[in-house]
Amino acid sequence: MTHHTLSVIVEDKPGVLARVSAMCSNRGFNIHSLAVGPTHMAGRSHITMVVDAPEVEQLKKQLHKLVNVIKVQELDTGRALETEVMMVRVSCEPAQRGELGGTADLFGARMVDLTSNTIAFEISGTPRHLGDFLDQIRPYGIVDLVKSGRIAMKQRSEKPLTLTPTASRT
Amino acid sequence: MRNNHFTGSHSLLRSLEHEGVEVVFGVPGGAILPAYDPLLDSPIRHVLARHEQGAGHMAEGYAMATGRVGVVFATSGPGATNLITPLQNAKMDSTPLVAITGQVGTSAIGSDAFQEAHTTGLAMHCTKHSYLVTSADEIPDIIHEAFHLASTGRPGPVLVDFPKDVLNAVTEWRTPTLSGLPGYKPTREGHPRQVKAAVEMIEASSRPVLYVGGGVIRAGATPELVALAEAANVPVVTTLMGRGAFPDSHRLALGMPGMHGVYAATTAMQKADLLIAIGVRFDDRVTGDVASFAPGAKVIHVDVDPAEIGKVRRADIPIVGDARSVLTAMVERVTERRVESPAPERADWFAQLRDWQETHPLSYTQDPDGPIKAQYFIERLHAITGGDAVVTSGVGQHQMWASHFWQFEKPLSWINSGGLGTMGFAVPAAVGAKIARPDEVVFAIDGDGCFQMTAQELITATTENIPIKVAVLNNGAYGMVQQWQKLFYDGRISASDLGTTVPDYPKLAEAMGCVGLRVTHPDEVDIAIEKALSIEDRSVVIEVVIDPEEMVFPMVPAGGSNDHIAMGPEDL
Repeated sequence: MTHHTLSVIVEDKPGVLARVSAMCSNRGFNIHSLAVGPTHMAGRSHITMVVDAPEVEQLKKQLHKLVNVIKVQELDTGRALETEVMMVRVSCEPAQRGELGGTADLFGARMVDLTSNTIAFEISGTPRHLGDFLDQIRPYGIVDLVKSGRIAMKQRSEKPLTLTPTASRT
Repeated sequence: MRNNHFTGSHSLLRSLEHEGVEVVFGVPGGAILPAYDPLLDSPIRHVLARHEQGAGHMAEGYAMATGRVGVVFATSGPGATNLITPLQNAKMDSTPLVAITGQVGTSAIGSDAFQEAHTTGLAMHCTKHSYLVTSADEIPDIIHEAFHLASTGRPGPVLVDFPKDVLNAVTEWRTPTLSGLPGYKPTREGHPRQVKAAVEMIEASSRPVLYVGGGVIRAGATPELVALAEAANVPVVTTLMGRGAFPDSHRLALGMPGMHGVYAATTAMQKADLLIAIGVRFDDRVTGDVASFAPGAKVIHVDVDPAEIGKVRRADIPIVGDARSVLTAMVERVTERRVESPAPERADWFAQLRDWQETHPLSYTQDPDGPIKAQYFIERLHAITGGDAVVTSGVGQHQMWASHFWQFEKPLSWINSGGLGTMGFAVPAAVGAKIARPDEVVFAIDGDGCFQMTAQELITATTENIPIKVAVLNNGAYGMVQQWQKLFYDGRISASDLGTTVPDYPKLAEAMGCVGLRVTHPDEVDIAIEKALSIEDRSVVIEVVIDPEEMVFPMVPAGGSNDHIAMGPEDL
């Protein structure tokens, strides 16, 4: 199943995320990941959504219908800049620390906690980068794993995105 | 400088006056109390309903009879939850509505306070948009936005929730702006290239059908629709919500398609090579089984809501825009074509349509000695009024018969609950419609099951001096439920019998200050209708005891293909 990534600019108002998720649950859209945060523009938040492909056109239209949604863009898979953050704790006896640390270094993962028999890493990168890292450390035994939603932005913008809140309304 | 006597409540009323509101329907309560005080000094009329659901349907009836925004007031908690049905009803039927609800004080929100409900959370699922007002200074802009959202683009319900302290806070009123809606820009004009392509497709089509619905009525596009149908020589089907958008007496009118549609209308869509869909949403009651719906048809889909286009059926030519603007543009282009050549004759297609109309008409048999057939009553009502009435209905058999046997000639003359199928809609909607159009006869064609759900709003009609007429077509059952039980559940009647004797409808009507009549024999029908029409100072309820065996046909069973239309029980 191919996934699609949507970049959604919304008004930064109470309840906007609830409206987006209520609409998705009402209409049965299957959301794989959703991340929300501020933007460089005052009063605007950015939502990154990852959804199943067959639903994406209708989802885009339904998002547009929400009054607080300002812009919906589908990001070209492969050309968008995508990042996730993951924290993962794996079993690790003292004798294995060197080996595991070496693997983590290769992936740019940072150790954030160490106990007598586990080690926790924080890593960010593309979904594929995180997947590859997981494949390498899985044999040690994953004890705990937390992942952020995916955030994404266009790789290159021909026309800079400008928002004009006072633009004409009909 | 702030006037210490001017509060959020005054600002609310001032804002409603600024929007041109002449009437609000509502029920007071603790949290909304502050707003009811300045109402006494406002030119706005308040109609005191007996239940918030009734108030909501009255506001819908008012809006559906005029095209203007209906306004309803309710208090927090149960007041607001009682409004959920009208809100969802208005959402499904794209009716412009603004709901003003009281809320517990800001500091108490989230504490499970007395009469607290998470109104904006509930409204998220059944409105076009909703607001929680956090400062009285926001009131002018929010009310202006609410009316703008309710009445533009695809119309719908908007709820504004007012914590009690916001209503009591000292504030000032200023002329509102729409600067708070950066993401709301509905498209009105259809894309000229798409309009051109659509007209070319219509001209080239040999079996076209105009499939029109409530969007044409909301846009006030009847003259443009008639002009297009005539200039392009295309037959027209009108959905349940679109009845009246195109005159039934017109030579190009085929009537209502779908589950209980006229055979010719449903079959015309099945066999069409082109559907010109305007202000419709390919509802399941129209399409039946989508996979086998209109298999040979290309689709031009015009709608003000882009999300409706392609939602159910792929459109070959999608046109986002207001029905009136797009139809105007289409008529201009077709009229240019007519200078060059006459309209396509499509003689074979029209001959085929005539044949279907003649061989499969709507029909019933009235035994002169009774029992009364609902269809006969409706035909007589239409004949005696000359069709000069606003008709409301509830949901079920009586609704289908009203749609079949009333001849609709004008938009805004048919007010019913289409999308949500809300039983009990007819009586309160009639009250709202009568307020909007006091000089016209407003007739609720209701069923006994529906009537029992909201009949107490006749008390409102009496006390507020809003005289309506109600025909209770009494078959002693939830008739449509029972029809399905007879047809699809081996005749096992489960919980759908209501009995015909309790309540005593004329007595119930009299108790609510109305005139109550009862007819049981076909000979009494005309006399009762004439008597009802002669009474102008009070509401009148006619109980029409009808044949409980009568069923609604034609019928396509739920999920069935529109290729297989049952004209009677023998076809199922």
